[in-house]
Amino acid sequence: MVTGDVKLIGSWASVFVMRARIALNLKSISYEFLQETYGTKSELLLKSNPVHKKIPVLIHDDKPVCESNIIVQYIDEAWSSYGLSILPSQPYDRAIARFWAAYVDDKWFIALRSILTARGEEEKKAAIAEVEERTDHLEKAFIECSNGKPFFNGDHIGYLDIALGSFLGWWKVVELDANHILLDETKTPSLFQWAERFCNDPDVKPLMPETTKLAEFARKLFPKPQA
Amino acid sequence: MADEVILLDYWPSMFGMGTTKIALAEKGVAYEYKETDPRAKTSSLIETNPIHKKIPVLIHKGKQICEPLIQLEYIDEVWSDTYPILPSDPYQKAQARFWGAFIDKKFYDPSWKVWGTTGEEQVTAKKELLEHFKTLETELGDKTYYGGDVFGFVDIALMGYYSWFKAIEKFGEFSIEAEFPKLTQWTKRCLERESVVMSIADSDKIVEYAYVLRRKLRAE
Repeated sequence: MVTGDVKLIGSWASVFVMRARIALNLKSISYEFLQETYGTKSELLLKSNPVHKKIPVLIHDDKPVCESNIIVQYIDEAWSSYGLSILPSQPYDRAIARFWAAYVDDKWFIALRSILTARGEEEKKAAIAEVEERTDHLEKAFIECSNGKPFFNGDHIGYLDIALGSFLGWWKVVELDANHILLDETKTPSLFQWAERFCNDPDVKPLMPETTKLAEFARKLFPKPQA
Repeated sequence: MADEVILLDYWPSMFGMGTTKIALAEKGVAYEYKETDPRAKTSSLIETNPIHKKIPVLIHKGKQICEPLIQLEYIDEVWSDTYPILPSDPYQKAQARFWGAFIDKKFYDPSWKVWGTTGEEQVTAKKELLEHFKTLETELGDKTYYGGDVFGFVDIALMGYYSWFKAIEKFGEFSIEAEFPKLTQWTKRCLERESVVMSIADSDKIVEYAYVLRRKLRAE
């Protein structure tokens, strides 16, 4: 089967890039990974994503696709006969998966990031409380979506697993930074176990960044204000 | 059956009063409309959209679907035998989703700030909104609709804001027609569609509503 020429512009540390890479792995698509240098934006990136100038950008036969969740859906649809489906088959289940994936980006991630950017203990405490509340929503979402199966998508990894699971590296880094458990085995047991399964999936494992390396990168990206 | 589909929405809303209603009309789907003021936070709204407590909420066979663009995709997938909203080609679909997301993420905040705030905040919002309009003007180019020849996803997403354009122009003190001629022609083409005309709120009523809301915001 001919997959065409596939390139992905991204970075090893980016959650959003990882989503695209997991999707490509699930479909067994070979691609050229074009690693962006931190602090600069390549000409190809600026040309391929002139509106947002952000990674990831998937370039398939010279045609760019931008925005991680859109890229994942594109991969599922362009290579629909390859491997298993990434999105659920029923319209309602697809709507639910899309809803929670949007929630992860618009609500949950924003709260997680605000732990890293918090100034002072008060702000940090508030941010942690918000993450805990929103993680609790995701626990309920998992129970609803998985229907007793190992992943949000059922028997195998899918769209929502990828949307949330790609954050697991950073989730750990933020835990260390905050010195506070943010994925608690007792508070959100289903998510906790799902996280382990997700990280051990063969299409995910090689892509998950190593915690120490990511924590070092995080310190560059989110420098602490000088005392 | 009309009772199979229910739409909870609010007539002045920037979404749904355009977006979801237009999509349902394009597909010829009969539904029951329930006027729901999101600020009242009625029990029915909290029950149907417990996470965001926001309108619009689409209820189909007892199951709720939230967020306008997600509703659009759902409507397109369920009523797939008539009038496609999204193109079938995966690349064209990705482009449509990209622009839909652009409108969804970038428009709301500066839009309400242009009519809802004053001073520095309003000036910044206006500058941002004009940039977004410019991006959309460029993207439209000489096409009939955003998808090309066919009225679809991106057109529906943007027309969802149309009834607020007059209020934005008035309080922002600029003219969309003067600055964005292609966009203006596009709105005229969209307004020729029955699905659009029967779905959007009256622009003058929205201006009145914006006045009331501005006074309230000032008072708070």
